[in-house]
Amino acid sequence: MTVAATLAELVRDFRANGRIVIVGASLAGLRGAEALRAEGFTGPLTIIGDEPYEPYDRPPLSKQVLKGWVPADHTALPRLRALDAQWRLGVAATGLDRATKHVLLADGEQVPYDRLLIATGTRARPWPNPDEAALEGVYTLRSRDDAAGLQRALAARPSRVLVIGAGFIGSEAASVCRDLDIPVTVAERGSAPLVGALGGVIGEIAAQMQRDHGVDLRCGVGVSSLEGDAGGHVRRAHLSDGTTVAADVVLASLGSIRNVEWLEGSGLAAGFWGVGCDAGGRAFDINGVATDSVYVAGDVARAPHVLYEYQFLAMEHWDNAVLGAQAAAHNMVNLEPHYRPNLLLPGFWSGQFGVNIKSVGVPPFGDEIVFTQGSVKDRRFAAAYGRRGRIVAAVTFNHGRWLEYYGRLIQESAPFPPPPPGWDRPDDMKPMPADFPEPGVPTAVPDVVLTGHDPNERRAEFRPRR
Amino acid sequence: MAEETPWQQALRHANRANPYPFYAELRKTPVARQPDGTYVVSTYREIVQLLHDNRVSSDPRNLPVPVAAPAEGSAESGAEPITEAVISLEPNIITCDPPEHDRDRRMMTPHFFGPPHAPHLIADLEPEIRRIVDGLLDNMKGKTRIDAVDDFAYPLPVTVICKVLGVPLEDEPRFHGWIETALDALDFGPEAGSEQMVSRLEGARQAVKDFEQFAAELLDRYAKQPGPGMLSAMVNEDGAEGRMSKGVLASNALLLIFAGHETTVNLIAHSVLTLLRHPDALEKLRRRPELIVPGVEELLRFESSVQFWHTRSALEDIEIAGTTIPKGAPIFLAYGSANRDPQRFANPDELDLERPDNEHLGFSQGIHYCFGAPLARLEVQVAVGEFIRRVQNPRLVVDPPPYRHNQIFRGPRHVLVDIDGIRD
Repeated sequence: MTVAATLAELVRDFRANGRIVIVGASLAGLRGAEALRAEGFTGPLTIIGDEPYEPYDRPPLSKQVLKGWVPADHTALPRLRALDAQWRLGVAATGLDRATKHVLLADGEQVPYDRLLIATGTRARPWPNPDEAALEGVYTLRSRDDAAGLQRALAARPSRVLVIGAGFIGSEAASVCRDLDIPVTVAERGSAPLVGALGGVIGEIAAQMQRDHGVDLRCGVGVSSLEGDAGGHVRRAHLSDGTTVAADVVLASLGSIRNVEWLEGSGLAAGFWGVGCDAGGRAFDINGVATDSVYVAGDVARAPHVLYEYQFLAMEHWDNAVLGAQAAAHNMVNLEPHYRPNLLLPGFWSGQFGVNIKSVGVPPFGDEIVFTQGSVKDRRFAAAYGRRGRIVAAVTFNHGRWLEYYGRLIQESAPFPPPPPGWDRPDDMKPMPADFPEPGVPTAVPDVVLTGHDPNERRAEFRPRR
Repeated sequence: MAEETPWQQALRHANRANPYPFYAELRKTPVARQPDGTYVVSTYREIVQLLHDNRVSSDPRNLPVPVAAPAEGSAESGAEPITEAVISLEPNIITCDPPEHDRDRRMMTPHFFGPPHAPHLIADLEPEIRRIVDGLLDNMKGKTRIDAVDDFAYPLPVTVICKVLGVPLEDEPRFHGWIETALDALDFGPEAGSEQMVSRLEGARQAVKDFEQFAAELLDRYAKQPGPGMLSAMVNEDGAEGRMSKGVLASNALLLIFAGHETTVNLIAHSVLTLLRHPDALEKLRRRPELIVPGVEELLRFESSVQFWHTRSALEDIEIAGTTIPKGAPIFLAYGSANRDPQRFANPDELDLERPDNEHLGFSQGIHYCFGAPLARLEVQVAVGEFIRRVQNPRLVVDPPPYRHNQIFRGPRHVLVDIDGIRD
């Protein structure tokens, strides 16, 4: 038998009899499972999820669900094909033994695998003080239950809502409050809303939008503590500028934490930053070597992107979950010359204050911005981000139909500023600094050390700071 | 005399039944300059790219030759075909650029399918569409030969668009005549300069004028006495951005009546014709009626209702596929060719009702994506689905059938079908 024939036989056999386990039962996990079946994988497939629910869609949670248009339990993701999978819902994975190829579950069971797809995503960063976080009326917004709880709280018409953090989730929630005519205060440590994702120039526009809609927006301040009443219900917050905000609902929208704790000790390059992997979704071990049995997709994956100087990007975007999972699934059941990368141009959208915000590329990678179409005054415009004379991202406000044009320019590494549009030119087309905050110093980053003397025997070791 | 380019050949009336071999030739040069200076773009990738390029204008006022209608009586034979082809009207949403385009389309959308006014308008039309389709099929009982165009494809869209817009159905014969006259005079090919076409053009100008006056009068009537339908709503209701001027409103009304009239007729006619030519596909659809949804998408790809569009031009030099379209040049986007581009669709000349990833350009793409697409889809799904279910043993009588003259809105004039009967 030739080598090629042997390899083909191996692939056939794996597709028929291999055991695949997916940890994470959300968008990436579901689409990954579907893609495996579409790729011809017929072996046993197990999907593990710590939530008791079937995979559901998250974008509506901070919009339609909060507003009360759609019940939180009506957001199940459509199934695109029959899966014939074993679902283990409501039980968390707690460990990974790569030597024996087993996933350890919270109920003590061990699930064997031949190939593993990690799609555990992220969770909401809770309010740091546990006592204050436990007060009634304090919420985060990431899961279906979060959304259902916050929706009920809003439907009860609180006297004031305090939103801590003006990223996308916080801004969308503030927008919903205003739509429901509920007074809302937004406290943001940065100089403006959305500043981390879109920079200060766009942040200023977003700030004005919030104020125009009656949001009590306070930038450059943090929340020092939350205070409850005798019944344990949150009543007020103390801000770092010495002021106090009376609020009976508090939403902590402080970003996300990657669900990697269960991988501790697995020897994978997993930590604070996510799980490192190559563009094809193959997880790296802690030494930076690609594994051949563990794959990663979705929010928890962090892969180099060719368009962004091979920087490792974690993209918490809907289509990255889908396309990353599909690429990983393809690679899980194919051999090397047929591997496929996930070279998605990142993109996201958000709806707030009557404006549809869409973006393509990686705005924070840019340092300059130029308005290319439309009118800032009308909240209907496109702007491009540049870095060293090359367009790297674009954002649109109520102008999403042009995103594809900018996407193509980014893909082609077109010059910045981009060619002028034929019509609908803004008054001012001069590039200016995009005004992103300096990259913050991450806190509590675990340390990795090298051990061993002989260079060939050197290995990395994970030593988290306690 | 120079040999005709593939594009010119594709546009000859003799080739209307099957322009596809010429399109295949045309695609060898994705962006092909024509002798009259027009740049014809025929490949999927390049068309999509230009549809999303904000250096491409859809406003005919940007075309190189002034397109104001010539004075009465000046025949202007031998003029540039583009000049002749574009009849001057106030700009409507298909012939203007942002920001005007965006604003006007935003003003129209809520009255057609968008919230807050009409979120269910189109879905709620389904029972009525079924009633009309049933009635048309009932009328065929006892016949052994039908014309799938006159007896079936034509009456449905016309009745529906009149209802949606609020145009009195009894006026239909008048504007039907105007539309036919105008369309028959529009020619973008080598036959445009012929005596016959030049003489038709005179009549066409008058028809458009009459049609415009009809629309203006209708709108005036609604201004005095509000009535049912979208046109009355647009005359009487202020949106967040106000209201369209009378002239722009009349032009858009004209566009809606016209577009709701022609394209869907051709699509239904082509669908019936295509399915009768592909008995296996017809049988599959009969057995699995749920395939009507992807099936209609495939039929739209296979025989695009709008074969190309002709009002676009370059506002800057645009480099694409190794060619530079110079600033000011007219650009024709050949959707009918893009939808058969083998670089995009596997076996494009095969009809595959379950074709995966069928992102065809039958409704275009980008900001000028077909405004009426949701309505057209519903009409064709119901019409074709019921035709297949109820018509017994349909057989084509003449193949290929006679075609209309116009190249953009390509469609058969008649599709004669012998039938055994009509099921209940």
